[in-house]
Amino acid sequence: MFGLKADACSIPMPEVYYGLDDYAKSTARWCPGCGGHSILAAVHKVCKDKQYPPEKTVCVSGIGCSSRFPHYMGTYGFHGLHGRAFPVACGVKFRRPDLHLFVITGDGDCCSIGAGHWVHAIRYNMKMVVLLFDNGIYGLTKKQTSPTSALGTHSNTHPRGSVVPPINPLQTTLGFANVSFVAQTTDWHPAHLQATIRKAADHPGLAFVRIVQRCPMYMKDLYGDMAADPNSLVLLNHDQGIELDPAIAKTFKRNLDHDPADLRAAREVAEIHDGIPVGLLYQNTENMRYDDYGAHNLGMSVDEKSKAVDALLERYTI
Amino acid sequence: MDKHALDVLNTTNGKGTSQRKKIDQAIVEIVSDSGEGAQKCGQSLGQISAKMGNGVWTVEIIPAEIQPPARSREGASGIRVRFGAKKITNMGDHAGLVVALNEQVLYGRLRQNAYKQGTILLIENKWASDENPEIRRQYAEALTEFKAEGFDVREIPMETECLKLVMDARKGKNMWVLGMLCYIYDRDVEIAEKQIHQTFRKKSQKVIDVNIDLLHAGYHYAKENLDFCYEIPPMKVSDEQVVMNGNEALSLGIMAAGIELCSMYPITPATSASHHLAEHFEKVGGVVHQAEDEIAAIGFAVGAAYAGKTTVTITSGPGIALKTEFIGLAVMAEVPLVIIDVQRGGPSTGLPTKVEQSDLTAAIMGQTGDVPKIVLAAATIEECFHFVILARKLAEAFRTPVFLLSDANLATGVQPFKRPKVNPDWFALPIDLSPWKEGIRAFDWSPETGISKRPIPGQKGGMYTLTGLAHDENSKVAYEPEINQRSSEARSRKFAAFQKTLKPPTIHGDPEGDLLVVGWGSTLGAIDEGIEMAREEGLKVSSIHLRFLFPFEPGLADIFKRFKKVMTIEINYSDTVGDPMITEENRRYSQLAWQLRARTLVDIDCAGNVYGQPLGPGQVLEIIKKQLA
Ligand SMILES: Cc1ncc(C[n+]2csc(CCOP(=O)(O)OP(=O)(O)O)c2C)c(N)n1
Ligand code: SF4
Ligand SMILES: [Mg+2]
Repeated sequence: MFGLKADACSIPMPEVYYGLDDYAKSTARWCPGCGGHSILAAVHKVCKDKQYPPEKTVCVSGIGCSSRFPHYMGTYGFHGLHGRAFPVACGVKFRRPDLHLFVITGDGDCCSIGAGHWVHAIRYNMKMVVLLFDNGIYGLTKKQTSPTSALGTHSNTHPRGSVVPPINPLQTTLGFANVSFVAQTTDWHPAHLQATIRKAADHPGLAFVRIVQRCPMYMKDLYGDMAADPNSLVLLNHDQGIELDPAIAKTFKRNLDHDPADLRAAREVAEIHDGIPVGLLYQNTENMRYDDYGAHNLGMSVDEKSKAVDALLERYTI
Repeated sequence: MDKHALDVLNTTNGKGTSQRKKIDQAIVEIVSDSGEGAQKCGQSLGQISAKMGNGVWTVEIIPAEIQPPARSREGASGIRVRFGAKKITNMGDHAGLVVALNEQVLYGRLRQNAYKQGTILLIENKWASDENPEIRRQYAEALTEFKAEGFDVREIPMETECLKLVMDARKGKNMWVLGMLCYIYDRDVEIAEKQIHQTFRKKSQKVIDVNIDLLHAGYHYAKENLDFCYEIPPMKVSDEQVVMNGNEALSLGIMAAGIELCSMYPITPATSASHHLAEHFEKVGGVVHQAEDEIAAIGFAVGAAYAGKTTVTITSGPGIALKTEFIGLAVMAEVPLVIIDVQRGGPSTGLPTKVEQSDLTAAIMGQTGDVPKIVLAAATIEECFHFVILARKLAEAFRTPVFLLSDANLATGVQPFKRPKVNPDWFALPIDLSPWKEGIRAFDWSPETGISKRPIPGQKGGMYTLTGLAHDENSKVAYEPEINQRSSEARSRKFAAFQKTLKPPTIHGDPEGDLLVVGWGSTLGAIDEGIEMAREEGLKVSSIHLRFLFPFEPGLADIFKRFKKVMTIEINYSDTVGDPMITEENRRYSQLAWQLRARTLVDIDCAGNVYGQPLGPGQVLEIIKKQLA
């Protein structure tokens, strides 16, 4: 590989080297121009950079356009039930610390039908990367209002405009107990998207990434103009934040210094409405992780188990 | 009439007798307001009797509220203990002797037909001199009523006697009562003392000493003041025995199956199994996950099972309702998983603490679409233990969710059974993460059996995406209708393959006759005993008891043909022909009866009710007589 032998120099070389193809499978069936395509490419790229063995990587999703994602990965996948990606992913991870987990969920999937699990998954803080594909609409079921649809959004369920104010997924997540990582990025800035997912993958806990996603099919007007306008993104700067190539960072017209250790400031950033703040809003690497608890007593032998059960039965013996 | 009650009538005539009357069984109840320790007293009596070699069955009497108002008629909390010279398999019919810490709680039990003429009522008499005139009036009125109804009422100064030893008689009265019962039924006092040591092992020596003093005081009081006492010979058991309730048996079964994760959300009457697990699971390398709700509980279990971990989710009716969609997914995507349903009264919140066998239809067909899966039902506490092990193995062998049904009767019933001899084969093996064999697909359904082997994350070369969408052998989403037909056939066929491995059920009684009673679940003991009573009366009746509810054990239609009539007895609702509006045409049957009628085309009758009470053998006898009249 690379014309080098592993023993020719002292750098340890992995026995197998995974290429992008190892993480890809079948052609994605999303609409042309759908934000999903670039997110998929970014995940492939991060997996490759991190050389995750495909057999040790699991993508868990719910139901929605976005949740088709696992089918397009060459890893293990679990395309489950609408709203229930979190419990499944937590169950996968609980006793399998060796697996790399990605959770793919939509704004309906996460913030509506699965909202109860969202609260608790954040609280469990198991190591996994959560990608919220937020297109502000229900895509798969053809344009119904989502809990993140802006007030007044015209949809098939609210043809005269939606009537209830939306949930802000960043602010909401920042409010959950034991939250440890909240970031935001967009599908149309591949470099930032990739860098964010990479940072999330390095996080020791649950990394929640809201991806502002375009749905040209049903929400053409929502982010269409913004994607073309360099003024729409506000880059969050900090040396503990998302690492961007300085040349790329320079292309951002708007910048904001933000310390991701500062939860209060993160909450203020989450409320920025005259633009889309992108970057790391909050990170705390010290939080309790429920997957540590789940894996604390792995690996007991059948012999040990037999003896323990026998000892328990002894207590009931008369 | 209940033999015990008869005996009681006989002996009470000879006042002052110190001669013990030999009886072959006793049914005793201790009832009180909640929190007075009646259950501990009865459990101890059961343990002592089991240790003395008697057959025992204890069942808790649980009010629906945690703290019902004191002295309320619906608030009866307590326990029934049935013990005897033979193996006891159910709670029996009417109690022969009742200890009541207040007279009001007896009304609730009377309404449930728990007692009969001649039943001895030993009633705390402190209420006769209560400072509240209303309580004094109630007490006097109740005693008059009970006497008029033919009960053998005895007023016992329990409080007064206990206060000689303790400051607060609420703490300790139960052990005084235990002493009294030890005298009445000739229980070995040394064993009783050991039992107290066991019960209070986490308390100080002082507490243990006081309770032992109370035990002796109760014993002494009974000896001096009661004019009846009995002797119950032990039975001959050569095997070592264990004593536990059905939920403890489930918990131990989970551990003995090598299951390493129990994902649950609290719900009566299933919760105590998780409590037991939470206490001990650690010792076998297991973890209890208390999820945010039942949907998450099963989702978590499905995720862990997908990742190769042996898992169980345990719940009761309302929880099963919530788990429905995930059960469908587990069937569709062939995820091995054990689902335990400790049934309670339903529908909806129903009767949370009461007995019912109403989830059978939900277990077999309660999800949308075509959802075959294995459904087992434990009939005894011993089976609660062994069936978890069986369920785990079947789940993996047939790549399927497996339902295991228990119920509130088994959950809280306590019975000795043969001590299981731990077998390493019971335990799930560690997951095999060796590379997946090339060329084998994620759902390589055998054309003969429909069975396929599953890849587990971590296995190189086995990568696939599990999906609840219709899918082909590669787990690829099916866009052609032919694939859904083919995959559905495979998922169905494996249960036919499983059914081929089953044996026909054994018939209790003659292989032909006038009536065959079919039962399932916790009613086994009562049905068997009722059948014995009927056969002693010369009735040509037999029974079978089903453990496999889906698929059914083979040979049922053949067995049914040899009887003039076939009926099920179940603790779930059925209409009665002749009631307003109810005809043969519109009658709704009990749940097993529905299934059996469809399966065998035999005109099967049923007797089902939803009073929430365990079945008694006398009830079974009555049903049989009515059916054959
Ligand atoms: C229990 C259940 N209810 C409803 C649906 C129908 N359904 C599928 S996806 C979806 C909404 C998807 O919206 P979102 O989560 O935002 O995902 P998107 O398609 O926009 O990526 C709905 C309502 C379902 N599959 N299951
Ligand atoms: S409907 Fe919208 S979200 Fe779905 S695939 Fe098309 S563009 Fe993407
Ligand atoms: Mg959406």
